[in-house]
Amino acid sequence: MLLGKVIGSVVSTQKDEKLEGRKLLLVQVHSQHNKPIDQYVVAIDSVQAGPGDMVLYATGSSARQTTLTEGRPCDAVVMAVVDSWDLGGENVYEKWA
Amino acid sequence: MYLARVTGRVVATQRYTGLEGVALQWIQPLDEDAKPMGDPLVACAAISSGPGDLVMFVDGREAALACPTTFVPVDAAIVGFVEQAVSKGAIIGRGALERA
Repeated sequence: MLLGKVIGSVVSTQKDEKLEGRKLLLVQVHSQHNKPIDQYVVAIDSVQAGPGDMVLYATGSSARQTTLTEGRPCDAVVMAVVDSWDLGGENVYEKWA
Repeated sequence: MYLARVTGRVVATQRYTGLEGVALQWIQPLDEDAKPMGDPLVACAAISSGPGDLVMFVDGREAALACPTTFVPVDAAIVGFVEQAVSKGAIIGRGALERA
């Protein structure tokens, strides 16, 4: 899984019918040191994430392994909202700080 | 499967149903000389690994098969400790032994 921050949502009216009713999020990839990377993905939400949330997203065929995305044309799904993480014992990110 | 070093831990309470109780850890993939190769990623830990451990991980759809519930959106999973690995005749890592 890769780390990213939800920076917005995506509205799409004309789309594959199998994507109807799915919430699309715009996610900016972040490094493990919490630095934004100039790379963005559109991902289907499976955990009620919203703008500002730090999230983990799964890519590839794994993204279809949810009840929301099974058998649908989707290659990225937000599967967790991150509260905090540490690296080598040092706290890097704290959601509630 | 690939070699990697566990570098950190991730806390996430709001997660996809079926992933409850699964540990999420930062890993740094390693090359044949045990040097960092490519970008770090977060993987589900199917074993009781922790920061500093030398491990192997699987990526892609198969990673979900290492989780307690297998129909989950997981694309990387730690599946084993590496006690020792030999590359080109040289020992490149001694995970558990190194810490002892």
